[in-house]
Amino acid sequence: MKNRITELFQHAKKPVLSVFYTAGFPNLNDTGTIATALEAAGADLIEIGIPFSDPVADGPTIQASNKQALDNGMTVELLLKQVAAIRNQVTLPIILMGYVNPVMQYGFERFFTDAANAGVDGLILPDLPLDEYETYRELTTALNLSISFLISPTTSEARIRKIDASSSGFIYAVSASSTTGAKAEFSAEQSEYFAKLKALELKNPFLIGFGVSNYKTYTQVCAHAAGAIVGSSFVKMLSQTKDFDADIKTFITSLTTPK
Amino acid sequence: MKYQVDERGYYGNFGGAYIPEMLYPNVEELRSQYLQIIAQPEFQTEFNELLRAYVGRPTPLYHATRLSEKYNAAIYLKREDLCHTGAHKINNTIGQIILAKRLGKQKIIAETGAGQHGVATATVCALMGMECIVYMGKLDMERQRPNVERMRILGAQVIAAVSGNMTLKDATNEAMRHWINHPTDTHYIIGSVVGPHPYPHMVALFQSVISEEIKKQLQQAIGQPNPDYVIACVGGGSNAAGAFYHYLNEVHVNLVGVEAAGKGVDSGESAATTALGKPGVLHGSKTLLMQTTDGQVIEPYSISAGLDYPGIGPLHSHLFETGRVQFLNATDEEAMQAGIELARTEGIIPAIESAHALAALSKLELTAEDVVVVNLSGRGDKDLETYIRWGKY
Ligand SMILES: Cc1ncc(COP(=O)(O)O)c(C=O)c1O
Repeated sequence: MKNRITELFQHAKKPVLSVFYTAGFPNLNDTGTIATALEAAGADLIEIGIPFSDPVADGPTIQASNKQALDNGMTVELLLKQVAAIRNQVTLPIILMGYVNPVMQYGFERFFTDAANAGVDGLILPDLPLDEYETYRELTTALNLSISFLISPTTSEARIRKIDASSSGFIYAVSASSTTGAKAEFSAEQSEYFAKLKALELKNPFLIGFGVSNYKTYTQVCAHAAGAIVGSSFVKMLSQTKDFDADIKTFITSLTTPK
Repeated sequence: MKYQVDERGYYGNFGGAYIPEMLYPNVEELRSQYLQIIAQPEFQTEFNELLRAYVGRPTPLYHATRLSEKYNAAIYLKREDLCHTGAHKINNTIGQIILAKRLGKQKIIAETGAGQHGVATATVCALMGMECIVYMGKLDMERQRPNVERMRILGAQVIAAVSGNMTLKDATNEAMRHWINHPTDTHYIIGSVVGPHPYPHMVALFQSVISEEIKKQLQQAIGQPNPDYVIACVGGGSNAAGAFYHYLNEVHVNLVGVEAAGKGVDSGESAATTALGKPGVLHGSKTLLMQTTDGQVIEPYSISAGLDYPGIGPLHSHLFETGRVQFLNATDEEAMQAGIELARTEGIIPAIESAHALAALSKLELTAEDVVVVNLSGRGDKDLETYIRWGKY
């Protein structure tokens, strides 16, 4: 069987929209409801965050969602059960994204295996060192899991090429040297950076995330990348909504279409 | 040497650099240059001269005769409490600020628990004319108020960390986030032997002056450089790393690390990492960590803000795992009593962190022939309010 993420990029006729949210937030069992609503609303990729007590790469919005999810009782084990249920209802590729410690405690091999069995297609583990990942590469390849690493504007070209070689599925390009958080628009300097990335002609497609929050920022990144990742502004909306289906639909539509 | 960091940044099974890519260039810049910069003669001259003329080194090794009598052993106190700013923390900040200058950085950030590292950082920033931001947990700002004002007087901006338990771990999270957002002009002065490689090794190097001096001073005092015991408290582990450093390969020297047991190791309110922790990743390194089975970090507790941290440096995890260092712990109550005891027997009011090291004296089976060095990491001025609130004196 082909990896759903690879398939998605091979056949994409428009920019790919990947949506991030924290598992178990706002309520413990919302993880699946949100996934179903995202598929109905036209998202292309579902990125589910594994909550962690000390999310150092995240700004206030996602920090708060992590804390609430943990207070709600979310665990890696429960999340994998929820994903298995989601897999029966949605066909979109599913990615789990999380800090390395909860995965290490679950056990790397066990986590990769159980995630693949639950129907996960890809992983993003931002603080997992490249050389440590190399020791698991054989296993993740056998399990047909894609692994996306991050790059930032301060990542050297030599290192980008190394990360490209280690990644599969896509590369996660962070828009700025920053923690996660919504921005109203990107600067000319950032657009230049996006263009430069495109010119590198990497093996993997790249998605741009961190700061994407509206039609303006969405089009700015899609001009250069294979698509966009939206996180903080989506999570913020989730913390306020009373109607997932309607508000998720409105959110995705307003992000991807001009007013 | 088996207790030295390897080229990948590991001490045995612990260490490494588990950082998001946004931090990689900052950390890599440091990693690729720190050894070479520190080895430069000009660096060494500036570092040693500031330690001498500004910090007041060498700090005395004081033979505490009344305390010795009480515990029936020859007890020496390494007087880091007499360092400028009142604790060993400044040995490290002097080293790192010179390094930061050589890396061309203009701004400094730091985290602080007890406020000693924050004060030591604010001090060297004033000395070098560099901008300084210190993150401090909101709870710690309340319990270490004098240090907050000292930092402000020195010109530093103190920012309250309001996430989590609002203590040292959360201040460290905020400092790392700040560094992610300011990758080029800012150097992060970590205050202990924690964080991603090369921090644990670099901070240990700067603190190693402590054991370098102890060796010389003991040679003079008793005709040989090695004691039977070296005792130090362990928060992140920087004063202990400095006090142990030159003794790691002297197998006949018993090294004792003392952690904070808080209200008791099994009370659920403790910071005794070696007793309660399992290998995990926090703040960029793999080390022993107090955490749930699901890998969430447990909020530690200690009466002492400087020991209130859920992990220890990777070097100490390795020293624990290999058995090279014996780890003990002391409760709030034991530490406070040991602090008062030192005040009454020797006329020295210790920092509550250091009082934990003193509390280990009664837990060791000492004999009259034993030579014991206790690293008195800091003075108690900052802790007066805690002593007063505890009240039993
Ligand atoms: C006086 C004193 N001793 C010890 C510590 C603990 O730190 P470390 O274990 O890094 O020496 C602190 C921390 O603030 C301190 O102020």
